[in-house]
Amino acid sequence: MTEPVTFEIQRYRPEVEDEPTWESFEVPCRPEWMILDALNHIKDHVDGSLSYRWACRMGVCGSCGMLVNGEPVLTCATYVTSVLPGTVRVEPLRGFPVIRDLVGDITDFVRKLERVKPWIVRESEKPLEEGEYLQTPEDLGEYKQYSMCINCMLCYSACPIYELEPDFLGPAVIALAQRYNLDSRDEGSQERMDILSRQEGIWSCTFVGECSTVCPKNVDPAGAIQRYKVTATVDWFKSLLMPWAGR
Amino acid sequence: MGGPVNPGDTRHHPRWYRRRIPIFWWLGKVSYTRFIIRELTSLAVGYAALVLVLQVWCLARGPESYDRFVSWLQLRPVVALHIVVLGVLVYHSATWLSLAPKALVLRLAGRRLPGAVVLSMHYAGWLVASAAVLWLLLAG
Repeated sequence: MTEPVTFEIQRYRPEVEDEPTWESFEVPCRPEWMILDALNHIKDHVDGSLSYRWACRMGVCGSCGMLVNGEPVLTCATYVTSVLPGTVRVEPLRGFPVIRDLVGDITDFVRKLERVKPWIVRESEKPLEEGEYLQTPEDLGEYKQYSMCINCMLCYSACPIYELEPDFLGPAVIALAQRYNLDSRDEGSQERMDILSRQEGIWSCTFVGECSTVCPKNVDPAGAIQRYKVTATVDWFKSLLMPWAGR
Repeated sequence: MGGPVNPGDTRHHPRWYRRRIPIFWWLGKVSYTRFIIRELTSLAVGYAALVLVLQVWCLARGPESYDRFVSWLQLRPVVALHIVVLGVLVYHSATWLSLAPKALVLRLAGRRLPGAVVLSMHYAGWLVASAAVLWLLLAG
């Protein structure tokens, strides 16, 4: 059983046009199809030049994020039937410059992610013979939620501040910084604070909250940012009241 | 395949498209509109603070000045305005408090307190502070 569904897809081909245009495709969708299946059908059978990113097809790689009817979603995890009836409009994620069709340039995100050192920072490594760095389930529970981030950037697309203030580090980068700050094995929180506590860090966030709403992995970046605001404020007061204590 | 049709395009250095952000971007989604309304309620907070400062200033200038200020406060349009301002302030405070469970992680016996408890504690604090102000006013 297939049902014909009209897809309006944003095209941008810089070699022929200055601005994106819309192109309509009729796709015979099967009930179990995701949006990505429909895009693959178009690419395989109708127009091979349609450009978009995808890889794992199972909500892990974070490549196939797009706007579907204006909402940022993973196209591999969104049933076509869930956005019917009516025309299905597919656009590239908002907030990123469009390279071609549905492909955005994510360099800005990657550069910002590097800045917050999203890895375990140690002042010194203990010798191998001393064994692993052990953690209790409670230690794991502190950061596990933030470690679920798959860098799909849906939160950036949902955040109006990121588009209005391009210097803003953005939701996922701050949530991933918190993932390591809250890890009992990590010793890099002070290094990260120098970047996170700037205006373009946590203080640009005005708590719209949409980043957490659209997150497909329930990471709650908005919560991570608000928590870090408290941390940064307490740290600032401490340094003001006890300057001799050092940081 | 012919050459590029768009004269502005350079084959090995593609021109990226950046959309122009529409001025009414915040009308596109209910959550964005709610966010902007919440931000705008800050104006009422600023106004209320200004009225308070003016009141203290008039008090410092003497009884005559203060009486003039109080009679201005009692004007019907001013009372009407301040009822509206009060409503906006309550909305602003409620949205502010709803942020608390996100920002504050409290633990009791090693377990994280649920957001509803954190929120209730803030509302309780607000209630106690309001009662204290009311008591001060009525006692005076």
